[in-house]
Amino acid sequence: MQSFNIFLIGVGGQGIGLLSETIMKAIDLAEYKVKGVDTHGLAQRGGTVSSHIRMGDQVFSPLNRTKNVDLIIALERHEALRGINLFARQQSTLVYYDAVWQPLNVRLRKEKQIEISQISDSCQQKQIKEYRIFVENLIDSRMQNVALLACISKYNLIPGISKEHYINALSDIMQENVLNKNLELFENLINKSI
Amino acid sequence: MKDIGKKLISENSFSAVMMGNHALVRAFIESGVKVLTSYPGSPTPEITEALNALPKEENPIYFEFSVNEKVATEVAFGASINGNLSCVFFKSVGLNVAADSFVQLSLMELIGGMVIILGDDPGANSSQNEQDNRHFALMSYIPVFEPDSPSEAYAMFKEAAKLSQENRMPVILRLSTHICHAKEKIDFESYQKQTLAYKTEFNPDNGPYIPITSLVFPLKRKALQKLTSVKKYSENNPFNKIINHFNKQRGIICSGLTYLSLMDIMPELNQKPDVLKMGLCYPIPESLIIDFLNNHQEVKILEELDDIYETQIKAIAYDHQLKVRIIGKNDLTDWENEYTPDKVLEILTKTWPDISHPKADLESQEKDLWPVKDRPAQLCPGCGHRSAFYAIKKALNENDISVADIGCHTLGFLPPYQIGQVLLCMGHSNGTAAGLSLFNTQRKVISFLGDSTFFHAGIPGIINAIFNKHKHTLIIMENGTTAMTGHQEHPATGKNFNEITEKIPLRQVLEGLGVTHIWEVDTYQQDKLTLAVKEALSEDMFNVVIAKHPCMLKFTRELRRKGNSTPKPVKIGTKCNLSYKCLSEFACPSYQIKENGEVWVQTDLCIGDGSCKQTCPSLAIESQIKE
Repeated sequence: MQSFNIFLIGVGGQGIGLLSETIMKAIDLAEYKVKGVDTHGLAQRGGTVSSHIRMGDQVFSPLNRTKNVDLIIALERHEALRGINLFARQQSTLVYYDAVWQPLNVRLRKEKQIEISQISDSCQQKQIKEYRIFVENLIDSRMQNVALLACISKYNLIPGISKEHYINALSDIMQENVLNKNLELFENLINKSI
Repeated sequence: MKDIGKKLISENSFSAVMMGNHALVRAFIESGVKVLTSYPGSPTPEITEALNALPKEENPIYFEFSVNEKVATEVAFGASINGNLSCVFFKSVGLNVAADSFVQLSLMELIGGMVIILGDDPGANSSQNEQDNRHFALMSYIPVFEPDSPSEAYAMFKEAAKLSQENRMPVILRLSTHICHAKEKIDFESYQKQTLAYKTEFNPDNGPYIPITSLVFPLKRKALQKLTSVKKYSENNPFNKIINHFNKQRGIICSGLTYLSLMDIMPELNQKPDVLKMGLCYPIPESLIIDFLNNHQEVKILEELDDIYETQIKAIAYDHQLKVRIIGKNDLTDWENEYTPDKVLEILTKTWPDISHPKADLESQEKDLWPVKDRPAQLCPGCGHRSAFYAIKKALNENDISVADIGCHTLGFLPPYQIGQVLLCMGHSNGTAAGLSLFNTQRKVISFLGDSTFFHAGIPGIINAIFNKHKHTLIIMENGTTAMTGHQEHPATGKNFNEITEKIPLRQVLEGLGVTHIWEVDTYQQDKLTLAVKEALSEDMFNVVIAKHPCMLKFTRELRRKGNSTPKPVKIGTKCNLSYKCLSEFACPSYQIKENGEVWVQTDLCIGDGSCKQTCPSLAIESQIKE
C-alpha cells in the first residue's frame, strides 16, 4: 500500500501515549505495516508532546517529514495549530479535541490565546479538512483521547482501519476497570453526531 | 499490550509491535543475562517497565537500580567476573559518571561476558548535551554495535552478548533516543529456558585483575589483541549491508537511524547513490570499506553527531593511497542535531546540489498564517517545587546567585521563577556554588539538589563544602522519588526495585557528614520556608534547608489507583480583584485567563491541592474539599 503518515500532538499528561499505542495496535490488527515513535522524558512535564505513526510498506524511519503528514491528531487547541504548521501537507486532515491548556506565555499575558477561527483559517489556507471535537460534561478529562478515537473511527480518517480494529486495540491495551468506561464513550460518540 | 510480560518470557517465537526498550528484555532473556543494572535516565528507563511486567516467579534476571551509573557498571562487572552474563544500561551522560570504571573494562577478563547499553541522545531530547559516546569506545578499546531500529536492537544485543562471551570482553550496544522509543513489529525467535544458577566463580587466576604500573602493559596488549580479532568479525558481521544502485560515481556510508532516514528520502533522489550501511562503528571493517571506496569516485560519510567514521575512513584511504574523493562534514550544522529524513535531504543537497529536484514543494516555504510559540515543559499542578521556588525567591535579593542541578526542579530557570541560573550535570551544584561563593561577600549563593541526585553524585560536593569551610546554602528539593525519569525508588524511600529496604534518611546522612545547621520544611508552608532560607542565608557558614513535599504526580496517580479518582479543583470566589499573582508569580498551569481579563481554573489540570491559596492577596481562592 501507499504510505499514510500520522502526527499526534498534545500536552504532556493528556494521554497521547495511550492514543498512539491504540492506533498503532489497530493498524497492526488490520495487518498493515506500521512504525512510530513517541516523545518521552522531560517534555512530558506539561510541555508539547508528540507522536509519529507511519503505515505502509515503503516506510523506513519512524519519524515523519515536515509538511508531509496526511492526518494530524491534536489533543489541545494551541497544539492543533502547531501540528498543522509543522507537519500538515496540503489537502490533509486535522482532527482535534478542543481542550484549552494555555501555554505559559498566554498565562503570563505576553501572548494571546489561539482561537478556533485561527485554526480554521490555517486549515483553509492549506485546504485541510478540519474536525473539531468537544464533549460537554465528559466524566473524566483523561478520556478526551478516546473521544478523538471515536471521531477517527466514525469518519474513517485512517484508511483501512475499522471500528472493530479500534475496539480490539483498546481491549488489548486497557485494563478491565477502565476499558468498559472507555468503550461506552467510544460507542456513544460513534452513534452521535460529533 | 496487557500480557507483554507473559509473551516476553514465553519460549515460543512470536511477532508483536513493540518499543525498542521493551524488545531488549526479550534479548536479555534469550541471551541468558543473569545480572542487569542501571541508573534511571532517558531514553532507557522503559526497559524496566517490560522487566517489571515479567511474571515474578519466572523472571531469570536479577535487576537493580544502583545509586549511580558508576556503581551500576561495577555491579555488572563484578557479576561478570563471577561468570555471569551481565548488562548495564544508562543514558548518554551516564557514561561520564561511569567512566572511571568503564575505561578499565577492556583490560579485564570478563569471563561471563558484559554488554553496556548506551542511550545516546542526538537532538538533546532530554539531556544537557548531545555527546557522542562512540569517542569513549575508541579510548577504551571496546567494540560498538549501532542498530537502526528496535528489530536490530533486539538482534544486535544477542550478537553483542555472544561476542562478549566468546572474547571475554566488554561490548557496547549504542542506541539513540528514537531507537529506544521507536515501535515496530518485531519477529522474536524461540529459545530454550536455561536453568543455570548464578555462578560464583571468581578466581584471580582468570585475570590478572590488578592493573598497576608495569602490570598494565600485558593487560593493554590483551585488550588490543582482542580488538584485532573483532576486526575480522566486523568484516563479516551480518548487519553490514550494501544497497546497490549500480552508481559508479557516488556512494554513501552511514549507520543507525541515519540509514533509515536516507532510505526514506531515497525515492526522491536523482542518480541514487550506492549505500554501505555499517553494523559496527568500531572496529570498522577495513576491506569492506576499501572495496566500497574503490568502487566509487565520490563517497559521502553521512554521520550523525561527530566524525567517528569519517576520521577512521579517511585514515584508511590515506594509508592505501586511494583516489576516491571522501566528503565528510561540511559546516557546523552537520555536527548538530538528529539526522532526520528532512536533515539528511538537506545535507545531501548541500553535498551534491543536483541530487534533489529543485524545491518543487513551494508550500514548505509558504509562511504559516498563525505561528504558535513554543510550549516549554513546566512543573505539574500541585508540585511542591513550585511552592518552594515561590517561597525561596522571597528570601533572595535580586543580585543573589542560585545554582541549579538536575531534576524536575531544573525547570525553575524558566519564567516566572527564574531561579537556578547555572547547570552542568548531576550533583555539580555544591562544587559550583562553592566556587561562586569564594571571596563573594556581596552576593549570597544557594545551590539546589534533588533527593535522588543527593545519593547519586551530591555527597562529595557537600563534604567538600564542610571540609573546605565554604559558605553557601544548599536547598535539597526532596520529593521522595526520582520523579523526572518515571518515579523510581532511591535510598531514602525505603524500597529498592525488588523489595522493602531500610531507609537512609537525608537528614541523618547530612548530620553524619558534619552539617550542623539543617532546616526541614514542607514546601506548602511557604512563609515558614521563606523564613528558613532567610535564616540560613544570614549565617556565615555552609548549611542546608530540606524543602520537602511528595511528588504530587506520583501521589495523585497512586490515589487514582486506589480508586479515589476525582480531584476537587479549587474555585475562584467573588473576592478576586485581579491581582494576577496566581497567574504571573505562582504560575500554576491550572490558572488561565479569559479575553476579558478574568481568571479561570482549568479543571482538567487542577488537583485541588490548594497550595495556591496562600499566594492570593485577596484570599479569593477557595477549596472544594474540607481541610
